[in-house]
Amino acid sequence: MEFVAQMINGLSTGGMYALVAIGYTMVYGIAKMINFAHGEIIMVGAYLAYIATSMMGMPSYVSIVISIFGCALLGVVTEKVAYKPLRNSGSLAVLITAIGVSYLLQNVFLVLFGSAAKTFPTYIPAGTIQFFGISITYVSLISLILTGICSAALLFFVNKTRIGKAMRAVSEDKGAAELMGINVNNTISLTFAIGSGLGAIAGVIYGMSYSLIDPYIGAMLGIKAFIAAVLGGIGSIQGAMVGGIVIGIAEAFTISYVSSTFSDAVVFGILIFILLVKPAGLFGKNVREKV
Amino acid sequence: MALLKAEGLGIQFGGLKAVDEFNFEIEKNQLYGLIGPNGAGKTTVFNLLTGVYKPTSGQITFDGKPIIKMKPNQITELGIARTFQNIRLFKNMSVIDNVKVGLHHSQNYSLLPAILNTPGYFQGEEAIEEKALSLLRVFDLEEFAYVKASNLPYGKQRKLEIARALATSPKLLLLDEPAAGMNPTETAELMETIKLVREKFSIAILLIEHDMKLVMGICEKIVVLNFGTTLAFGTPEEIRNNPEVVAAYLGNEE
Repeated sequence: MEFVAQMINGLSTGGMYALVAIGYTMVYGIAKMINFAHGEIIMVGAYLAYIATSMMGMPSYVSIVISIFGCALLGVVTEKVAYKPLRNSGSLAVLITAIGVSYLLQNVFLVLFGSAAKTFPTYIPAGTIQFFGISITYVSLISLILTGICSAALLFFVNKTRIGKAMRAVSEDKGAAELMGINVNNTISLTFAIGSGLGAIAGVIYGMSYSLIDPYIGAMLGIKAFIAAVLGGIGSIQGAMVGGIVIGIAEAFTISYVSSTFSDAVVFGILIFILLVKPAGLFGKNVREKV
Repeated sequence: MALLKAEGLGIQFGGLKAVDEFNFEIEKNQLYGLIGPNGAGKTTVFNLLTGVYKPTSGQITFDGKPIIKMKPNQITELGIARTFQNIRLFKNMSVIDNVKVGLHHSQNYSLLPAILNTPGYFQGEEAIEEKALSLLRVFDLEEFAYVKASNLPYGKQRKLEIARALATSPKLLLLDEPAAGMNPTETAELMETIKLVREKFSIAILLIEHDMKLVMGICEKIVVLNFGTTLAFGTPEEIRNNPEVVAAYLGNEE
């Protein structure tokens, strides 16, 4: 029973990692860059929901919508202002810029809200639900459902719709896609919007699960989700989902069967292991450098 | 009035004039060839016509509109489509999805029905599927519709590129060495396909090709490019007998 309960715990944290990892992987797929500011978008998402509910008294669902759209906008603006001008320069320049954006966002929220943790509003009552003798918290259950819905909707969107096909085309060959009549800039903006919007949902889930938020929460969450994306094979959406779940479960089992002090070590251990054994990740394609 | 007209077109990369004073006209429903020795600037001309490169001098008018300030995707929407010398399919997408990307602008259902799974989405998607399949049928690719594009044999990938370009419903189709790497049988088959495409879709075609049998066999007029400028323009017969063209290809006898 303990095993199953931990499994569900892992699935629910893993789902949150997956939502964030999808953002990394989609942006990498289309813009060929690691958006290291993505973790901070999640932090902003949590803060936006906090501002809307605790400071402005909005109902929970309105706050979540505000948070999603606010983050989507932030993602699009970041791309236009910081990354787009560097599209034709080396990948190192964009990487460093992304780290810069990350620190900028962290410090803006530090100045605005201080370093003390804020209590995240209670959207879902505390308590547990019993399933065949296993107790699951409402928060875990809701985050699992939310993650499931978002992932399914995204997979449908990317694989079955016209705009999803345009996104895949741009991620494979920008030049050829443009010559098929696809507006590359709009497609890239949309990718940032979707990735950041999913990040906002992850931010809200984080707030609900841990109930305290501070300007640094995005850093560790971002790195773990990045590991999930690498584990799944960066560029692959299914890979990011599987990677997130694997990291979540590994963490949950380490905490309950070994020690909570080792949980981060295990996650980073997985990264080292995957880079040594299968650098392209579980679902990744081997990229051969052209000479 | 000419469908496409290029006047005094030129582009300079640093000190190199890749294309200089290029003049060209093509009417509706005509089939022209663009030939020239290696490095003459043929692909550069294609890149200029499709907006990939911005010319440093000259004008291009297509269907009465100047297009040199337009982005490649806008030019495609106006009606110029192309294929590539080195095949550039979306390799990890299925054959039919490649064509559907080309159909991007003919799909007019909006995002909301797609997300909500409404009947509007399914009707739109069905119509697109049918359209894509009928295009694949023209090129005998229907049975491969759900195969990954990279798994197609080489000759069929070339055909799929033409099908994908046609999906954008062009008025002018630019083919960059469609017969490259093909054996004589495949080339003969391709010649038939190109003729068929022009008749069936009634579009103008401009093709770059090194296979003289193909070019002389199907093109009504031929432009010869050398060092970025027009060396000759005329019917295959005229080009064959033009001493300057022969010299450009074989070198001067001194």
